[in-house]
Amino acid sequence: MVPIKSAEITPEHIYLSRRKFLQAAGLLAANAALLAACGRRPVPLPTSATRPNAISPPGNETDKLGNPLTPFETVLNYANYYEFTLNPNNVARLSQDFSTSPWQVAVGGLVNQPKTFDIDDLRKFEQEERIYRMRCVEAWAMVIPWFGFPLSKLLKEVEPLSTAKYVRFETLYDPDQMPGQKEQSFPWPYVEGLRLDEAMHDLTLLATGLYGTDLQPQNGAPVRLVVPWKYGFKSIKSIVKIDLVEEMPQSLWMATNPREYGFWANVNPEVPHPRWSQATERRIGESGRRETLFLNGYADEVAGLYPGLDSREWYY
Amino acid sequence: MRQKREANKLADWLYIVVLGLALWPLARVLWDLAWGRFLVDPVQEIITRTGRAALNLLLLSLACTPLYTLTGFAPLQRARRTLGLYAFLYVVVHFLTFAGWDYGFDLRLLWQAIVYQRFVIVGFLAGPILLALAITSTRGWQRRLGTWWKRLQRLVYLVNVLAVLHFAWLLKESRAALPYAVIVAVLLVLRVPFVARAMKTMWRHFVRKSTS
Repeated sequence: MVPIKSAEITPEHIYLSRRKFLQAAGLLAANAALLAACGRRPVPLPTSATRPNAISPPGNETDKLGNPLTPFETVLNYANYYEFTLNPNNVARLSQDFSTSPWQVAVGGLVNQPKTFDIDDLRKFEQEERIYRMRCVEAWAMVIPWFGFPLSKLLKEVEPLSTAKYVRFETLYDPDQMPGQKEQSFPWPYVEGLRLDEAMHDLTLLATGLYGTDLQPQNGAPVRLVVPWKYGFKSIKSIVKIDLVEEMPQSLWMATNPREYGFWANVNPEVPHPRWSQATERRIGESGRRETLFLNGYADEVAGLYPGLDSREWYY
Repeated sequence: MRQKREANKLADWLYIVVLGLALWPLARVLWDLAWGRFLVDPVQEIITRTGRAALNLLLLSLACTPLYTLTGFAPLQRARRTLGLYAFLYVVVHFLTFAGWDYGFDLRLLWQAIVYQRFVIVGFLAGPILLALAITSTRGWQRRLGTWWKRLQRLVYLVNVLAVLHFAWLLKESRAALPYAVIVAVLLVLRVPFVARAMKTMWRHFVRKSTS
């Protein structure tokens, strides 16, 4: 028998790591097969309604203009959420393991009573259902039955100082949970802002649910903003921080591309985006297009917020 | 004799592969439609898939000539026409879904969609050229046009460049179109006569070496 030199024997740690490698490779292959098998299957509907008095899916209800609701399944499976991926079809799948408890929202800045709210504290505010049209800047749209409460109620509780002119919102920064935040192309975390009177407007909603259930991760769980007369990117998701400030805050999109996605971003079919027309929109799931409404159909309620309504500055 | 039989066999295989590549995306779309598998946005989905299929087939069609120059395998020339025509089929479905299903052939709305979106303008340039190439792709037109036929069909290079531009401009991040741009650039360079000659010489050299 030819003696084996000890130098030829594979050291144990390499031997073991090879095994580990093979195991990992096997797992990866199995995972890939599983993923391929699942293909683009939709995420399942949440099983039970957790909110009383909410529409149980599928509802026959409409918004105030008579628009039918976008099906729950569609709302769950199509979302722009760059913290997970740029592809709106894949957000649902990639965000399923996103952990939303414990969750706290720190409200501070120029206020008398800064306070950190636990998500359960927020759910104790009197919740109501609001059916809003959602218009994305990329010309798709939905009609969504949200559940939540007016942001003004939260802001009143912390007592803004008279110096506060704007509200700044911030999304969770957690690249381990939100793989998109590892992308260097955006100055994470996501930041958005409103002028104080916009934030205090009764239409401005802090949503904690939709279709009678708690928000799912892909829709901005556990708490998000909904500003229905502005393009969708203003409605920031998974909020952890709300600050009252004196100067106009710089949003992530203003830092990235102020010409195309500015601070005001009020919906206006007459003012085209630099790269496309905003005159029409496609309701996701419908064929054909609808004409986009001025201020997304909320002009009666919010036109008063903007002196010199015709000035283009309000619309980018 | 035996060599010829083998070449015929190879031609059959090539034909099957070409047909498979050409029909697979369409089969998938029809399958998904038939079983109601689209949940989210069928209009967008079909526009995206048919557009991508058209682009892929155009590139494959473009690759046929350099491959033919190298190998002298005649069936590649027929494959080029087949691939090009299927690319055109996908462009037709692509256009009809956009203009018909999405915009309901509403000319006023379509006009806005076209003038404000540069990638759509480019698409509207490439489409009619491809239409002309498809119509004149028959033997009859080849005969009628004579030497002009070849010149006309060379416009397919322009169509490829426009198609890549169309794709790059509609993307949120144009980087994803870079592989396509590189492939088209390489295929174009390979058609420059002296490059093609050099490539052929090198190939022959290589083949002789490896067989001897």
